[in-house]
Amino acid sequence: MAHEIPDPVGHHGTSEMVRSATSESRLARYVLIGIALCFVGLFVVVPLASVFTEAMRNGPGEFLTVLADPETFSAIRLTLIVAVIAVPLNVVFGVSAAWAIAKFEFKGKAFLTTLIDLPFSVSPVISGLVFILLFGSHSLLGPWLQSHGIQILFAVPGIVLATVFVTFPFVARELIPLMQEQGTSDEEAALSLGASGWQTFWYVTLPNIKWGLLYGVLLCNARAMGEFGAVSVVSGHIRGLTNTMPLQVEILYNEYNFVAAFAVATLLALLALVTLVLKSLLEMKFSEQIAASRRH
Amino acid sequence: MEVRVQNIRKEFGRFPALNDVSLDIRSGELIALLGPSGSGKTTLLRLVAGLETPTDGTIYFGDEDASRKTVQQRNIGFVFQHYALFRHMTVLDNVSFGLKIRPAGRRPSTADIRRRAMELIDLVQLSGLEKRYPAQLSGGQRQRVALARAMAVEPNVLLLDEPFGALDAQVRKELRRWLREIHDRTGHTTIFVTHDQEEALELADRVVVMSKGQIEQVGTPDEIYDAPISPFVFGFIGQSNILPVRVENGQLWIEDRSIGISAPGEDDGDAQLYFRPHDIELLDGSGGCIAGLVTASRRVAGTRHVELDIVASQGKVEIELPPEKTATDRSRIAFRPTRWKLFRN
Repeated sequence: MAHEIPDPVGHHGTSEMVRSATSESRLARYVLIGIALCFVGLFVVVPLASVFTEAMRNGPGEFLTVLADPETFSAIRLTLIVAVIAVPLNVVFGVSAAWAIAKFEFKGKAFLTTLIDLPFSVSPVISGLVFILLFGSHSLLGPWLQSHGIQILFAVPGIVLATVFVTFPFVARELIPLMQEQGTSDEEAALSLGASGWQTFWYVTLPNIKWGLLYGVLLCNARAMGEFGAVSVVSGHIRGLTNTMPLQVEILYNEYNFVAAFAVATLLALLALVTLVLKSLLEMKFSEQIAASRRH
Repeated sequence: MEVRVQNIRKEFGRFPALNDVSLDIRSGELIALLGPSGSGKTTLLRLVAGLETPTDGTIYFGDEDASRKTVQQRNIGFVFQHYALFRHMTVLDNVSFGLKIRPAGRRPSTADIRRRAMELIDLVQLSGLEKRYPAQLSGGQRQRVALARAMAVEPNVLLLDEPFGALDAQVRKELRRWLREIHDRTGHTTIFVTHDQEEALELADRVVVMSKGQIEQVGTPDEIYDAPISPFVFGFIGQSNILPVRVENGQLWIEDRSIGISAPGEDDGDAQLYFRPHDIELLDGSGGCIAGLVTASRRVAGTRHVELDIVASQGKVEIELPPEKTATDRSRIAFRPTRWKLFRN
């Protein structure tokens, strides 16, 4: 998406006289850019840099030793397992919900759209508590689950459920506006040419939304791995068993084990950076296709 | 293939979009559905396609009841106003799509599919562009790809929804002539929707004029233009003037002046006189005539359009004169319609 950006230094001499109506004076431009840079530096770059320097304080050797600790290693593994389960579930859910909302008219559509946003507006702690209320030993389902030996809370299933709940808007939110904008005529064209519903989805709808879907998956994955609040409530913090990476960071930090805490934090921060870089790379490489899939 | 629409009714919620519509389309015919927006023409087209299901009524393809069939089973070709090309596929892939997705038993070989698609691309005069993506084509080219794609499945009937609606005037005219040629060459039964009367009259074998969910008139372009059967058709097709008149003993009157038109067999009473701006003769104003004062005069290409205030009544009309006739403001002009039609309220 190429915006016309007025060249800030390009025109010489008469610049004040001929500058375009939308560009500001040089002073205003520099002040605005300066404010933005200061803000980003103070709140994004400095904290991120300090995470890395803390982690490397005693050299890369200790950094690696700390990561090889069995408890930390199990936290990394658990985080990956949770993401591997939660992200595909939310891809399926997100695509179905976006499909239903964008392509069909039905009663309760506005309600469903609002519900999808719920995890964004609710505090993650509440999201976790919901599952305690549902599956805890004093809940309706609790005794039944206990008698059948099914462990949901303070175990992997609970962590997965909480993560799915917190991350489910990402894919759907990314796809709904895209699919609404694209309308239904491509699908109708495919159907009129004899394609089945599945063929239509596979050959027409999915290619049309693949870039949006990829963004959604990246964001969903980043959040699934980084979620703290909801997971903290349902996890029970059992070392080596139900601690995810963010929880492990907190435990290590509370034990004044700063190097280890920041080493794990580094991995999480790296994940965020990789996500951003991937997103930008995709945008750069496929900008034309992405733009084309948004217009008609 | 013959298409028969029988007593079709379609409601969206409580809103009636079509009300008891019946229409017979002959095999190989090029039919235009013409009407203002909201007249139900696109709904009728989508019902024939199977993209909508009727509330009531039946649609036959030949002798077969098609209304119980899905859109896939009907084997139609549909061309959309905004092309609806698959943007991630090349021109060749777009055109081949309908054949490629067939189940293995009915699917031609890869080589056959390619050959057939290339033939169609050639037919729509896009040879050499088969590797392009839709975004790299102009609007007119995209619509031609859409037509080739629809024809690739050898449809029973070809349905076009405002096919030229999104194109600019020059391209529209070219594509219009070209569509007629393609139709004559391939012989597909074709139904197209348009709100552009010029397009309908120029292109179609027969025109179906629709209004408010009903068919007003079905006829050849000549019949529709020369013999409109309802005030709506007269007013919608071409330019028209309407003057309130009175019938007395087979003569037409405006207020207390005879206008020199006899309408033998018409019952006495009030009526509306419809006539076209160019169907008039100028008179010297002594005998029975309609007299008016010039309020505006515009030269439009080969004719002069003159607006008149009718002296005897409150009416306004527009007539067309040869350009050499001058019409100064407030001057008096007397005329009489040579072709006209009376409608009663």
